[in-house]
Amino acid sequence: MLEISGLTTRYGAISALRRVSLTVGANEVVGLIGPNGAGKTTLLNTVAGLLRPAEGEVRLEERAVTGDSPDRMLRAGLALVPERRRLFAQMTVVENLRIGGVTASAEERSERLDEVVELFPVLKEKWGTAAGYLSGGEAQQLAIARALMSSPRIVLMDEPSLGLAPVLVDFVFDLIGRLRAEGRTMLIVEQNATRLLEVADRAYVLRTGEIAVDGMASDLLQREDLFDTFVGSARDEDSKPSEPDTR
Amino acid sequence: MIDLLQSLIDGLGRGSIYALLALGIAVIFGVMHMVNFAHGELITVTAYIAFGVVVTTGWGWWAAAPLIFLGAVGTSVVIEFVAFRWVRGASDFTMLLTSFAVHFLVQAIFVMTMGASVRSFPRPEWADRIWSVGELNIQIVDVAVIGTTALTLAATVFLLQRTMFGISLRAAAEDFDAARLMGVKSNKVIRQAFILAGALAGIAAIFYLMRTGQARPTTGLSPLLKGILAAIIGGLGNMQGAVYGGLLLGVSEVLLRSWLPEDLVGITDGAVFALIALFFIFRPQGLLYVRSAERV
Repeated sequence: MLEISGLTTRYGAISALRRVSLTVGANEVVGLIGPNGAGKTTLLNTVAGLLRPAEGEVRLEERAVTGDSPDRMLRAGLALVPERRRLFAQMTVVENLRIGGVTASAEERSERLDEVVELFPVLKEKWGTAAGYLSGGEAQQLAIARALMSSPRIVLMDEPSLGLAPVLVDFVFDLIGRLRAEGRTMLIVEQNATRLLEVADRAYVLRTGEIAVDGMASDLLQREDLFDTFVGSARDEDSKPSEPDTR
Repeated sequence: MIDLLQSLIDGLGRGSIYALLALGIAVIFGVMHMVNFAHGELITVTAYIAFGVVVTTGWGWWAAAPLIFLGAVGTSVVIEFVAFRWVRGASDFTMLLTSFAVHFLVQAIFVMTMGASVRSFPRPEWADRIWSVGELNIQIVDVAVIGTTALTLAATVFLLQRTMFGISLRAAAEDFDAARLMGVKSNKVIRQAFILAGALAGIAAIFYLMRTGQARPTTGLSPLLKGILAAIIGGLGNMQGAVYGGLLLGVSEVLLRSWLPEDLVGITDGAVFALIALFFIFRPQGLLYVRSAERV
């Protein structure tokens, strides 16, 4: 589905990503973890077209899309749920959803509105509320629903639990689990490595702009050294090192 | 009381023109984060169109008005394509300098081709007619400009709230990159913003030129400054605030003019600027607040 090979992105003279290669298969959930400043957001922003790579290639469904603009990437089937959601705070919930379906025809947009409301019923209750007034959990649902309005073939999520209260973090990961069960293809960046590894099929660990480790999420979850050495955060002791999640 | 009402109507007539210009400036600021000092050139270009149509061809104002409108829209699109498209993504400072460059370039072109002197053209005969309601004397042109502005603003609100064009424009004004991530095409939305700003300036130009009946290379300067000021009063980037700012500025000007002693009327503009400076001491964010994080 998504193939990234030898991707390098620079901010001036500084390389934030160095020859990063990874793949995401169809119907697969792939996690990307790593310490702050590892280049995770840079990677997603580069793939989504917000940043132009200095080197490397991005292929989506075997078509080269390297350096394409965000709107072209979306039309190609890739949607990004950006870090901190970046909802249009002054616009209502339904307007945020409609803008998510800007590339669709009016008829398709209306159908997709019905679909996402079925998936996120709380949004229907907040239809006319400005997005800036939503709670953290509602806002995260809207951010994901907005991305789904374009009927993407792959969804990139950047820190979906960032800034949320613990109870809402549970809710967000339940939500990701539901999307996974629907067979959605996702590449997810997350600070909460344990929780991400519990819902992902495979994962990559990014450190100082390079892939340090990769493997099956269930295997990585068992590696005691992973969190101290590569992720830079303590393991969430409350999380059960799980049995592999079955769809 | 009658004097106050009279000043209010006169002020709204004047302020309507500022409001339309300020709204256009706010729309451009929203999507490009740039105060467009070239916006006044839409008035300058259309002043020469009015001169050409009314004097040279003798077709009169019924032909001039639609051509002024189309001229403003066309000029706005051309300025975006020729100048601003190439500096998009550059620093705010670079874009500001580009808008200054366009402003002075258009003036220079008219000085070279038409000369620096004032070209006068007849104003429409009906514009000066007075409609008396009791003790109130209302200029027909004021009724026309207030009515047209109200209709234009209603249409603009519909466009911004109810159409995908409007929703895309508002999204881009709030967070340009997030709008691009949703599939909004940057070239398209910016071109549309310039079309809308041009259309609003075109309507303002029709009534401004009906009042002044003059074309010269600096015709657009005074309305530009008033438009920018109105947009700043409203809270730069806030479209609703821009409209309020324009109306407030127009009413303040007329009220001050009527209150000041006759030999001090010449300082009206200066006094208005001083009052606005005072206003910003107490409310630096303008009438309506726009959080900077919500801008481009």
